[in-house]
Amino acid sequence: MDIQYVYTKKRSEFGRQVIFTDRPVELIADIPPNLELSREYISRNPVELAIQNVREFSEHWVNTVRFETENRGINHVEGGWPKDINSLEPDQTSRFRKKTEKEDGYTRSMLSLGQLVEHTIKQNNAVDIYENYFQNLEPDVVEEAPYAKTVNIYRDPHNARRAANHISWYADGARKLAVSYCNLEFQSGANDSFIDSYIWDTANPTKPDLSLKPISPLVCIEFNPKDTHQLVGGCYNGQVCIFDTRKGSTAVEQSLIENSHRDPAYKTVWLQSKSGTEFFSASTDGKVLWWDTKKLSEPVDTLILDIEKKGRLEHALGAMSLEYEPTIPTKFMVGTEQGRIVSCNRKGKNDAEKIGNVFPGHWGPVYALQRHPNFLKTFLSVGDWTVRIWSEEMRDDCIMWTKPSVHALTDGQWSPTRSSIFFTTKMDGTLDVWDILFKQNEPTLSIQVVDEALYCLRVQEPHGRLVACGSQNGTVTLVEVSDNLCIQGKSEKALVNGMFDRETRRAKILEARGRARRDIRGKSAHGEKTEKTTTDGGTVEAELKEADPIEKAEKDFWKIVEEEKRKRDRKTVTGTEKTAGEAGEMAQAEEAANTTGQTVQ
Amino acid sequence: MASQNEVDDMIKRIQAAKGVQGLIIIDSEGIPIRTSMDNETTLHYAALISQLTVHAKRVVRELDPSQELEQLRLRSYKHEIIVAPESKYIMIVVQVPEAL
Repeated sequence: MDIQYVYTKKRSEFGRQVIFTDRPVELIADIPPNLELSREYISRNPVELAIQNVREFSEHWVNTVRFETENRGINHVEGGWPKDINSLEPDQTSRFRKKTEKEDGYTRSMLSLGQLVEHTIKQNNAVDIYENYFQNLEPDVVEEAPYAKTVNIYRDPHNARRAANHISWYADGARKLAVSYCNLEFQSGANDSFIDSYIWDTANPTKPDLSLKPISPLVCIEFNPKDTHQLVGGCYNGQVCIFDTRKGSTAVEQSLIENSHRDPAYKTVWLQSKSGTEFFSASTDGKVLWWDTKKLSEPVDTLILDIEKKGRLEHALGAMSLEYEPTIPTKFMVGTEQGRIVSCNRKGKNDAEKIGNVFPGHWGPVYALQRHPNFLKTFLSVGDWTVRIWSEEMRDDCIMWTKPSVHALTDGQWSPTRSSIFFTTKMDGTLDVWDILFKQNEPTLSIQVVDEALYCLRVQEPHGRLVACGSQNGTVTLVEVSDNLCIQGKSEKALVNGMFDRETRRAKILEARGRARRDIRGKSAHGEKTEKTTTDGGTVEAELKEADPIEKAEKDFWKIVEEEKRKRDRKTVTGTEKTAGEAGEMAQAEEAANTTGQTVQ
Repeated sequence: MASQNEVDDMIKRIQAAKGVQGLIIIDSEGIPIRTSMDNETTLHYAALISQLTVHAKRVVRELDPSQELEQLRLRSYKHEIIVAPESKYIMIVVQVPEAL
């Protein structure tokens, strides 16, 4: 119910001083109680009401801004002279010195101190009290549980959604890391915001040492092993560029876009050459290009990855990873997007001669490919959900592989110091350390480095102790592993070699068996066609059965044992004269069993 | 004066001892009075060692008030620094022990 009181006033009277008068009360509105409304309510008895006489609190938490430190120092060279002496004037200082020497206390102090010091000197000369007695003993290999700890975390200063997708260690001494950042998600849009890549100093995680500014984001970056100031980077738009850390942040040289790749140049690797200026790059457009840094306008050589060796670009496989070992300069391997691994030879007059073996590979892109640093015939490849170890001699199948894991694997590398260890990173942010001599069905150590996916990893070259992993939101984590994962035991190399040999032999035997069976089946199929039916089928069956020497050996063995038992039972009845004969027969039987056993092996 | 000669003799003896690379005598302010090494090294040693001696003296005093720092020996891979402090002067000797 609206209670209003309406009054009118002349406009000329607006703003006039108000004159108050008194008058009796006037009833303006009267609202009587409405009993029908009260029927819609019932009284509540008792009424519970909670009251607290307490101060009100609220909770709020704040994380402080990261504290940035900087080191400053002052160099203090000389001082302490009394005020009246100018330290730069030699005669004033020498006068001061002579004056102090003539003081009384000086001579006494000097004599006593001198005696003390002489005594010590003679002592030192007599016995070396700090001698290290057992210096040349090797440290005992302590069997401790392997561990790994994070040493440092380098965050992308820009907070943009860029993944750190390639890391390269500084070639000399490994104090610096070059990391390339690029958002590789398909059509993600805001790509042009920050295209810098950084060089980090391992001691300073707050600010990168140097930022490299290419024209297009870098997908891959590598330090030149021969000239440590040079870096090559593969760009998102397919170009390759050269940076020099002495010459600033922009690229010193850039390849012409018409002659570069048509897809991001996923891998660039420096070649072993006298001038140290050659490198090659691979991309998913199906080409492998060789470049010389002196002339980046066009590639020195091209290879189209058409496995049928016909050089057709439309049928070429896209390359995702490259493998190059400086000690074998003419051969290299390419891991493709389709999963195959192609082994190639640089020396070949045309594409057909350059492409060698093709390994079946993985079910998805091969993200990493690396030869074993000590056994150059075996290499590992990382792709889909497994790591596979291949031997160059076996073209059809890998010799060892890991159990498929729940998450996809993104990168892998052998440890440079221990022959049986390799590292892998997964899409759930874990870094796995596998030791194939210790456990083959699961990693020896698995560390959850970050919560998002890890895209790349690189082990520090000479020592194999530090591992840098790059994650999906641009964070690079430096992890240090324990001693027993980077110091090699004495017989390890031989054991690993033995293992690879055994696995290769096993794979070869399986392949030979498979081939033999296929041939036999092929022959039997032929046989049925030309109607030499059952006899041939029968001989086939018999052959297959006889080709099982283990069973045969077992049967022979049991036959001989049964015979011996029967003979002995008979002879115990006749007496002990023939014990010598028995022994001879037993020895004969044993020999027979042994020889059949040997033929099996 | 005679004692002056004694002091000189003693200093010469120390410098001639086997393995001694240098001798520095500094006063309580850290000013080198007598030295057998070049100026820059002398100043460096003087500054660093005078500070270290102050700390070392405090350590010995605090642990046992009746004790006083008599001698300080710093052994590194390449040589040994022997520091003998007094109330007003500090004698520093750098020696490469040839006892091996």
